[in-house]
Amino acid sequence: MKRLRFSRKTLGIPYAVFLLFFVVIPMLVIVFYAFTDQENHFSVMNFAKFFSDPTKLSTIVYSLVIALITTVCCLVIAYPVALILARSKMKKKSVILMLFVTPMWINFVLRVNAIRELLNWIGLLGEANYFNTILGMVYDFLPFMILPLYNTLVKIDNSLYEASADLGGNAFTTFTRVTLPLSMPGIMSGITMVFLPSMTNYVVSDMLGNSKITIIGKFIETYFGSDWHMGSMIALILLIVVFTSTMLTGGFQSEENVRGANL
Amino acid sequence: MASQHIIELQNVTKYFDDNLVIDNVSFYVKKGEFITFLGPSGCGKTTTLRMIAGFDLPSEGKILLNGKDISLLPPNKRPVNTVFQRYALFPHLNIFENIAFGLRMKKVVNTYRNEKGEEYQKVEKLSKAEIAAKVKKALALVDLEGFEKRSVATLSGGQQQRVAIARAIVNEPEILLLDEPLGALDLKMRKEMQIELKEMHKRLGITFIYVTHDQEEALTMSDTIVVMADGVVQQIGTPTDIYNEPANTFVADFIGESNIFNGTIVGDRRVKFCGKTFDCVDDFERNEKVDVVVRPEDIVMCTPEEGTIKGKVISVVFKGIHYEITVQVGKYEVVIQSTECRKVGEVIGMKIPAQEIHLMKPKYTSNVFDGVITKRNTVEFADGEFECDVTQLYPGSHIDEEDYLVTATGEQIDLTGTEVTVEVGLYDVSISDDEEVGGTTGNIISIIYKGDHYRLIVRTDGEDEEDFVFATDDLWNENDRVSVVVPKDKIRLTLKNTEDKKR
Repeated sequence: MKRLRFSRKTLGIPYAVFLLFFVVIPMLVIVFYAFTDQENHFSVMNFAKFFSDPTKLSTIVYSLVIALITTVCCLVIAYPVALILARSKMKKKSVILMLFVTPMWINFVLRVNAIRELLNWIGLLGEANYFNTILGMVYDFLPFMILPLYNTLVKIDNSLYEASADLGGNAFTTFTRVTLPLSMPGIMSGITMVFLPSMTNYVVSDMLGNSKITIIGKFIETYFGSDWHMGSMIALILLIVVFTSTMLTGGFQSEENVRGANL
Repeated sequence: MASQHIIELQNVTKYFDDNLVIDNVSFYVKKGEFITFLGPSGCGKTTTLRMIAGFDLPSEGKILLNGKDISLLPPNKRPVNTVFQRYALFPHLNIFENIAFGLRMKKVVNTYRNEKGEEYQKVEKLSKAEIAAKVKKALALVDLEGFEKRSVATLSGGQQQRVAIARAIVNEPEILLLDEPLGALDLKMRKEMQIELKEMHKRLGITFIYVTHDQEEALTMSDTIVVMADGVVQQIGTPTDIYNEPANTFVADFIGESNIFNGTIVGDRRVKFCGKTFDCVDDFERNEKVDVVVRPEDIVMCTPEEGTIKGKVISVVFKGIHYEITVQVGKYEVVIQSTECRKVGEVIGMKIPAQEIHLMKPKYTSNVFDGVITKRNTVEFADGEFECDVTQLYPGSHIDEEDYLVTATGEQIDLTGTEVTVEVGLYDVSISDDEEVGGTTGNIISIIYKGDHYRLIVRTDGEDEEDFVFATDDLWNENDRVSVVVPKDKIRLTLKNTEDKKR
């Protein structure tokens, strides 16, 4: 009797099927909708309409700006926290790290609602939509920034800090010449984890921005109520924007390495 | 002259949390010398080095550099550079940048002349050309020309080692600190690097402070060796001094091979060990107990008639340049290193020249602990509880049915809580690997063979961390976990204070 053998190829089949049905086919459907009109004829109308409509263009720029501010805020808050936790000799530091990460385990909508109630209580709801949206996003995405940063910082060998001090580096130069470049991979994955979701997460902007803030995710949702073709086109454009920015950050990262190696 | 002492440690003590790692260490380093801190792992040699570098600060005491107190100065302000144990090269920088790291932060005072011909000074960073020239020179010094653009990950261990050395010496430090720099290299590479480091020391003329646990490395390279154990300096001297005149049995055992015996002084410069009397050169009081150290290569083999002692060869091992011959002399074992071969079973005589017999005061004569009498007339000390005879505290006393001590005059005394001094002789302790048997448990931290028995030190693993020193015929391994047995009648108690708790 022939023995049943699982090669790597056969074991990969379920994943291939999964990818086909849940990634490739939906993508093709989106591309199909984006380049067809209401009668399902090929058309580039949606594409042209998007770029001729200032509202749509400004929304995408607006989303980019909000995502950018959120990311910068997260980075500025998370880096010191991650650095202090990674370098402290405290035995209970995993508990403190846990405290920062625990909110991730509470239902997202619930968390946003809690912030909403808080803002309502101090009277900011409806008064500072822009600020509220950013606040909500930073609060929601902070753990995604802290974790990768902590993970890279904690792996930096203490002897490297000692070597820097030994060679004459003070706290500042050690940070700029050793800590920062060595934590670049963590910074990059933190940015990717925060920047991309904050462009599309319209739940926060809806609930905290008093529905006055429209980001690209909200836009897509609205269109899928009435015009699937336009919605698909916006989704596709967003995909390209996201893809490009990932390429840019990835490119930035490898460029960083090249720079280090060339200087 | 004080100014020639580039580094001086004055009564330096270091605690990590509550652990004493350096215990009141004082010594100095002369300018330009190659000094080695030698000792087994955990002896405090690396901590001492790290305090000189500034990574750890002394808990007590002072570190002086050229006579100035630098105890609390941060590492970046000290004119010393370190070669780290695992190199600690920056993985994100190439070889050039690794070496230039210190130079880029260095500031120098340059003197210029303005149009009027007046001199003025400016504090500047090194120029690009200066940095490049210095890096090139440093790379040439470690034989790595042309490696500037390589990344750290592409280098072998030996090459990384060289980069680490170049990175340190390029800053022209007054002192170069090397923390077991050759530990990760293979034997052949290590030998080569030893010679190269020694050469480099001669060429650069700066002070090298070297840390190693390898006694051979220390003997080969150093001008001065500081032997450390348990956070205490055991001996400081030249390699020849340390080898030929070890200060105590620890040094004798740690450096080179040794025959160590218990001896007694029987007359003016006459010592008795191995059952015979020998002439010696060290002067001790008559009847004093001493440790006798004889190097295996210093024992001269001769015919049984000529020898001071004679014995039967029980093993011969060829070691390349010499034979290691073990001879049974009565109940003692004597190890000889000689280029001459002997047959197993042969009876030979042995002579030891008087100047090769090294006598030293024994460090341990008995074990003394602080103890407390507990409820059941047992005594608690060294993290354990031992049965003892408490009636020895009061002559003529006995224990009544209620476990009270009744003195000769009929007084009833409750001894619970009484503080006592406990003394246990060197030959009254035994150990067992059954942890339930003894009064306390611990790990063997030292084993020294003394010809016919082993001298062991067991450190208890409770918070007292007391050491039991004793003799045994059995062979144990270092770090074995054992329990310590002391027979009831061998525990000698004396009262600490006279205020007894009376009923």
